Amino acid sequence: MPRPTKGPRLGGGPSHERLILAALATALFEHGRITTTEAKARRLRPVAERLITKAKKGDLHNRRQVLTIVRDKSVVHSLFEEIAPRYENRPGGYTRITKIGNRKGDNAPMAVIELVEALTVAQTAVGEAEAATKRSVKEQETAKVETAKAVETEEAPAAEAEQAEESKDADKA
Amino acid sequence: MAVPKRKMSRSNTRHRRSQWKATAANLVTCERCREPKLSHIACPSCGTYNRRQVLDV
Repeated sequence: MPRPTKGPRLGGGPSHERLILAALATALFEHGRITTTEAKARRLRPVAERLITKAKKGDLHNRRQVLTIVRDKSVVHSLFEEIAPRYENRPGGYTRITKIGNRKGDNAPMAVIELVEALTVAQTAVGEAEAATKRSVKEQETAKVETAKAVETEEAPAAEAEQAEESKDADKA
Repeated sequence: MAVPKRKMSRSNTRHRRSQWKATAANLVTCERCREPKLSHIACPSCGTYNRRQVLDV
């Protein structure tokens, strides 16, 4: 289960934070990249990615859920019709945060948060290959563990038999 | 209310302030333009981070 955010909210209250994050998400989907403070960018990232995941599902229920946060219908339309299909093959990680140094005036650390590009065909192939190698390594490890268990169970009775023979010898002597 | 009994001498004041020190920023050279820049932050002179253009220059 996701752990709730600790510490003070952005803007002073929970309702204000919700409004700030909704406005930032709307601006991000409208413009593709926005410059904001690093703290706001870090809070925005999970919110925006969850909205994109909903947009990828693309049915009416998800559209209504997104509309409760992003109020602008034209932005929601572009999110569902243009942004979501772009991330068809991408398993999460739709945004990128780049730090750009401190703001003049109040020295606040600033960042650019942007929607990443669609995966190229080569990148998808690499991702699939990596996943396949991971899977095969896992399978091999589980296979090894099983064989090791089998060997242990075979050895145990043999050792007992040897001990029994030794005790017999001792009795004879 | 508790208050200082004596005026603080210039010597003591200066001795305390001699311990206020700034630390040098940890700079690295930009891959693109070879300018010194802060690490983990986009280069302010050429606007790139990780060979990707981030800022308009």
